[in-house]
Amino acid sequence: MCYGRTWGINVALLTLRNIETYYGPIMAIRGISLDVESGTIVTILGANGAGKTTVLKTISGAMDPQKGSVVFADENITAWDPGKVARLGVGHVPEGREVFPFLSVEENLRMGAFTRRDGASRVQRDLELVYDYFPTLADSKGLAAGYLSGGQQQMLAIGRALMLRPRLMLLDEPSLGLAPMLVKEIADIVVRLNKEQGVTMLLVEQNARVALAISDYGYVMEVGRIVMEDTCERLAAATDIQEFYLGMKDQGVRGRRRWKQRKTWR
Amino acid sequence: MELVQLLISGISQGCVYGLIALGFVLIYKATEMVNFAQGDLMMLGAFIAFGFINVLGWPFLWGFLATLAVMGVVGVTLERLLLRPMIGEPPFAVLMLTIGLGFILRAVAGAIWGYEDKTLSTPYGGGVARWGEISVGYENIAVVLGTLALCVLVFVFFRKTRVGIAMQAASQNQLAAYYVGIPVKWIFALVWAMSAMISATAGILVAPLSLINPIMGFVGIKAFAAAIVGGFGSLPGAFLAGLMIGIVEQFAKHGLPSGLEGFSETTAYVILLIMLFIRPEGIFATMQRKKV
Ligand SMILES: Nc1ncnc2c1ncn2[C@@H]1O[C@H](COP(=O)(O)OP(=O)(O)OP(=O)(O)O)[C@@H](O)[C@H]1O
Ligand SMILES: [Mg+2]
Repeated sequence: MCYGRTWGINVALLTLRNIETYYGPIMAIRGISLDVESGTIVTILGANGAGKTTVLKTISGAMDPQKGSVVFADENITAWDPGKVARLGVGHVPEGREVFPFLSVEENLRMGAFTRRDGASRVQRDLELVYDYFPTLADSKGLAAGYLSGGQQQMLAIGRALMLRPRLMLLDEPSLGLAPMLVKEIADIVVRLNKEQGVTMLLVEQNARVALAISDYGYVMEVGRIVMEDTCERLAAATDIQEFYLGMKDQGVRGRRRWKQRKTWR
Repeated sequence: MELVQLLISGISQGCVYGLIALGFVLIYKATEMVNFAQGDLMMLGAFIAFGFINVLGWPFLWGFLATLAVMGVVGVTLERLLLRPMIGEPPFAVLMLTIGLGFILRAVAGAIWGYEDKTLSTPYGGGVARWGEISVGYENIAVVLGTLALCVLVFVFFRKTRVGIAMQAASQNQLAAYYVGIPVKWIFALVWAMSAMISATAGILVAPLSLINPIMGFVGIKAFAAAIVGGFGSLPGAFLAGLMIGIVEQFAKHGLPSGLEGFSETTAYVILLIMLFIRPEGIFATMQRKKV
């Protein structure tokens, strides 16, 4: 399911140029430039602490960059307030879900539409849409979000971002801590939202296998820099990626080891 | 009959503690700051109402509404000028700041209105309603009804309105509130305005019962105990604890041997101590543990 990059009439929906972001004196992002084309799924891969979350926070305005620019839909949104960025159509699904634990599922979703001014009936229609995509949320409308399972909370976080009617969705490790079945379910939903609703996706993942399978283009980060970028087809074929992110280096050796162990079990 | 009488005056005193405790918890839940000047905001509200109604001679209702408006502005201003720059500072620094604010408010009130007791003219001062042997002062009835109305308003606001739910959201998960575009800073200012307005209402309701003077806000310390007993995260908990303290205090005042009535003033702390032993998380703390 890898489409490669379309170099047609599409211009970048999101453009980062030479972004540098600090936590106090710590430089977390060391000059990053990237483009996300409208209608595509783009992924950022990288080990723990590479700075993936920080990049997303810089885009959505939760953090301000020291240097560089963030341009979204021809608007320079560098260091804008998160609320203003959200209103422009950027839905941030944060790392670790971050639902409102004591509000009901439906209230959580409605909070996603907080900045919208286009009328209750449209918001209601989008609520139904979210329930269509996530029937499990429809079944627990009135339940406090804190009581949902991890997978349901992830769906709620995505649904809440969807309530903004975003043009771009920032997804921070949606598969973290989920069972393989759920990982697949969430991945399918991300693809469906991209195809059916036309939501452009910027996806941060540790699970490189899934991310490369559903994305069009990928960036690889290491300690605050981008060290590699390509279509995900080519990334998946690159030996470095196979070694570090797909764990394919010594498959033969491992297979043998497993077989040996089995022998000793007998 | 005496018991009923005691109960009624206890409830009306407790309502006032409850309202101030509500103010404490409102600010704490949203901003994680403890405002020790909560009682002094009540005092300020009472004096401002006195200014409008007794000094300027406005009708009670107009004076009351004008006081609410002024106190709303005071709340927002305090948040903007004093508290917002303190975000990220250690909690005890904020605590000291609000204690200092209390001193300033008392000095300002004393300078403007003087230190003698004042009486606010209210439509409910002085009269007495009788049912058989029970007689209840109108001011007690006004306190209870006023508090009831305010509690219903606050409840509806938090459960049913978009801004009220957003306020809950911001207090449950500030980061997520930012991400969905809730204007968190504006919400904090609004919380301070609400808290100041609730305290002012308490001050106006209690004014006929306990005269207005710059130190009337010291009851805030009892209300603070109520807020802790209630779990410090729960609005209903804080209010009910305030009510309980008010009632027990009245009975203690009546039941203690003569010469020792003064100890009824310690009721709030005795209840607080007992509570800390048997249920340190507070009455209503089961669901209210804060995230983040
Ligand atoms: N609040 C913070 N204060 C100081 N340094 C931080 C903070 N958050 C992150 N960092 C540092 O910034 C760098 C990038 O962190 P970031 O969370 O963006 O990484 P990440 O790629 O998202 O990692 P993960 O895969 O673990 O989520 C790390 O070196 C981290 O130590
Ligand atoms: Mg991260």
